[in-house]
Amino acid sequence: MTLLSFVAALVGFVILAPLVGCFIAGVDRILSARLQGRVGPPLLQPYYDVRKLLAKDNAEVNSFQGFYVALSLVLAILSGVFFFAGGNLLLVVFIITLSALFFIVAAYSTRSPYAEIGAEREIVQVMSYEPMVILMTVAFVMVTGSFNVSSVFELARPLIADMPLIFIGLVFILTIKLRKSPFDLSYSHHAHQELVKGISTEMSGKTLAMVEVMHWYETVLFLGWVALFIVWGSWVAALAAVGAVIVVYLLEIFIDNNFARVKWQHMLKWSWIVTFVCVLLNIFLFLWLRQPIV
Amino acid sequence: MSSTVKSPWLIHYDASSCNGCDIEVLACLTPMYDVERFGIINTGNPKHADIFLVTGSVNERNSKVVQQIYSQMLEPKVVIACGICACSGGIFKECYNTLGGVDVAIPVDVYAPGCAIRPEAIIDAVVTGLGVLEEKRAAVAEGRIEAPALPQTPTAADKLVDAQTVRAAALAETQSGWATRERSPQ
Repeated sequence: MTLLSFVAALVGFVILAPLVGCFIAGVDRILSARLQGRVGPPLLQPYYDVRKLLAKDNAEVNSFQGFYVALSLVLAILSGVFFFAGGNLLLVVFIITLSALFFIVAAYSTRSPYAEIGAEREIVQVMSYEPMVILMTVAFVMVTGSFNVSSVFELARPLIADMPLIFIGLVFILTIKLRKSPFDLSYSHHAHQELVKGISTEMSGKTLAMVEVMHWYETVLFLGWVALFIVWGSWVAALAAVGAVIVVYLLEIFIDNNFARVKWQHMLKWSWIVTFVCVLLNIFLFLWLRQPIV
Repeated sequence: MSSTVKSPWLIHYDASSCNGCDIEVLACLTPMYDVERFGIINTGNPKHADIFLVTGSVNERNSKVVQQIYSQMLEPKVVIACGICACSGGIFKECYNTLGGVDVAIPVDVYAPGCAIRPEAIIDAVVTGLGVLEEKRAAVAEGRIEAPALPQTPTAADKLVDAQTVRAAALAETQSGWATRERSPQ
C-alpha cells in the first residue's frame, strides 16, 4: 500500500462506495419484492430513506449513542479504504470488527431493554462469523505468502482455485454479515419489528441515517472480499470478479427470500461447523497437494 | 416532493379494535396492494415512524398507550384514524367502555371512515396524510413546529356521548309513541 494508492482509495471509496451500496440496496429491495410477487419500491428508495431520516427531529436518549455510531461508520469507511488500497488484510478484518463492536456498544449505551437484547443478538452474530473471516485471512496468507491485499494481483491463478472450500465458507457467513435470512437475527434487512431490529430501537433521525450509510459501505467491502477470491494477475480478472460478485449477491437475495430466520443457537452452531469443516479440509488438501507431506 | 414524502414509515396500533381494520392495514402490505411501492414500511418502533395508523375506539387504558406512542414519534408526524371506530367510536360510540374515537387522546390529521376500512381507502388516507406530512416537514425545516399539547389522558367522564343520556332519550322516545317519533339527538 503506497501513499498514492491510499489517497486514491480514500477518495474513490469514500465517494463511490455509498453510490454503489445505495444502488445494490435498491436492487435488493426490488428483486426481493419481485420474488414475493410484489412490485417493490423505486430504485433510489434507500436514498430517499436516508434523506428522510436526516430531515427528522432530533431525539437522542444520551449524548454517546450518536458518537459511537459515527465512530462505527468512520471505522467501516477506514476498513474499506485500507482494503481497496491494497493494505494489510488482517488490519482490514480487525478494523471492521471494531466497527461492529462500536455499533454494539452504541446499543448498550441506551440501557433500553430492546436495544440490549438486540445488542446481545448482534454479539452472537459477530461470534458466528468472526472465525471464518479470520481463517479466510489465514488462507490468503498461505496462498499468496503475504498479508497485503495487493499481492493478489501477482497470482497466476485466482485464490478460489486453491481455496474453494474457504470461498464456500465465506459465502455461507456472508449471509450473516449482509443481514439476510436465515441469519438475520439482528438489524434484519427486511423485517422491522421489535426483536430483530432491536439494536436500533433508540436510534432515530441522523443516527439511523448513519447506520444505513454504514451498511452501504460494508456491503461494498464484503463483496470486495468475495471478489478477492476471483482476482489474479490478468485483465480478464476484473470482469470475472464483477460477474462472481453479481452471482453471489443474487444468490444471497434468493436465499434471503427462501429461508425463514433460525434461532441464534442454530446460527452459531452451523456457522462454526461449516467454518471448521471447510477450513480444516481445505488447508489439509492444500498442504497435501502443494507441498510434500514431511 | 421531498424525500420525507417518498419514504413514509408507518406504525400501526390497535386501540381496542375488533381487528377488522388491522387486518385490512396488513393487507395493504401484501402483493395485492403492495404499499412498499410508495416506500412505506411497517415499523414497530415509534422513533422510526412518520405516520401513525390507529384503529379502534379507544378505551381508558389504551388512551395512555396511544398518547405514549404519539409522543415518542419524532416530528414531522401525521396521525391517521383508520376505520369509523377510530374516527368517532363507530358502532361502539355509546358503549360504557369506549371513549369514542382516537381524537380524545391525540390530534388526528386524517379521518378515514369504513367498517372495515378498505385497503384502497387506507392507501388513499395515507396519500392524503402525505400531503399533511409535507407541510409539517416544511414547518420543521423552518423551525416553526411546536409539539401540540396533548389533552389530559381522557376518562369515561370526558366522553361526549354517554350511555345514560342516550338511554334516557331512547326511553322518552318510546314512551311518546311511535307515531310521533323524531330522530334521536346525536
